[in-house]
Amino acid sequence: MLKLSYLEYRALRAHGEETYPHECCGALLGHATPDGNHVSQTVRAGNTRSDRAHDRYNIAPEELIKIQRHARGLGLDIVGFYHSHPDCPAQWSKTDFDEAHWVGCSYIITRVNHGKSDVTNSFLLTGMGEDDKQFIDEAVEIEMAPSQTEKAQAKG
Amino acid sequence: MDIHIPTPLRAYTGSKQTVNVTGATVGQVLQQLTDSYPELRQHLYTPEGKLRSFVNIYLNDDDIRYLPGKESTPIEESDELTIIPSIAGGRYF
Repeated sequence: MLKLSYLEYRALRAHGEETYPHECCGALLGHATPDGNHVSQTVRAGNTRSDRAHDRYNIAPEELIKIQRHARGLGLDIVGFYHSHPDCPAQWSKTDFDEAHWVGCSYIITRVNHGKSDVTNSFLLTGMGEDDKQFIDEAVEIEMAPSQTEKAQAKG
Repeated sequence: MDIHIPTPLRAYTGSKQTVNVTGATVGQVLQQLTDSYPELRQHLYTPEGKLRSFVNIYLNDDDIRYLPGKESTPIEESDELTIIPSIAGGRYF
């Protein structure tokens, strides 16, 4: 199961709306746990596929390295990525699969329907490598931040 | 020098995020890395010994594919090597 906060969930969905009708992309930073990937932070990335940004995305390796350094500085790992499908289902495509190489990582896809994010799904890339990799549906748990009332009650 | 290992390849480095190796060139340190962790080789290279197309290796901020000396490029202890698989996709075939 993938866990992320409501704040980060909202942030990645908002990113897809901002770049619509183009695809957005970014990385998920956090920790891999026995229960699944736990996201602490999302990081926006630029889509270098300016030639086909409406149906393709690519994160420059140079930017990935910067993101990895940033994660390392925070004591976090890259545990996944997100991107949007403008006016297309929140399901992985053949291109998504062919270009997926981060085994053990979560791939979040959000459908942005006429400019509005609606469905968000996550897929875990499993296997030992290119020969047997596969995407499996992954449940997503959205962690809600405590309300002001709950915070006040916790303080006593 | 340190070689930073990405999340999906740590299964082959005993969960190590960073591996310290010694060598005079990029090729030598990569050879030492795959000698120390033989299972890693097939994930980095094709059976013909070429770096897989989706695997990027950077010496500091430079892609080793585009270095004039490529894997013969000399390195210093303070340099760092980063292995980073590509990330891409898109909604249609």
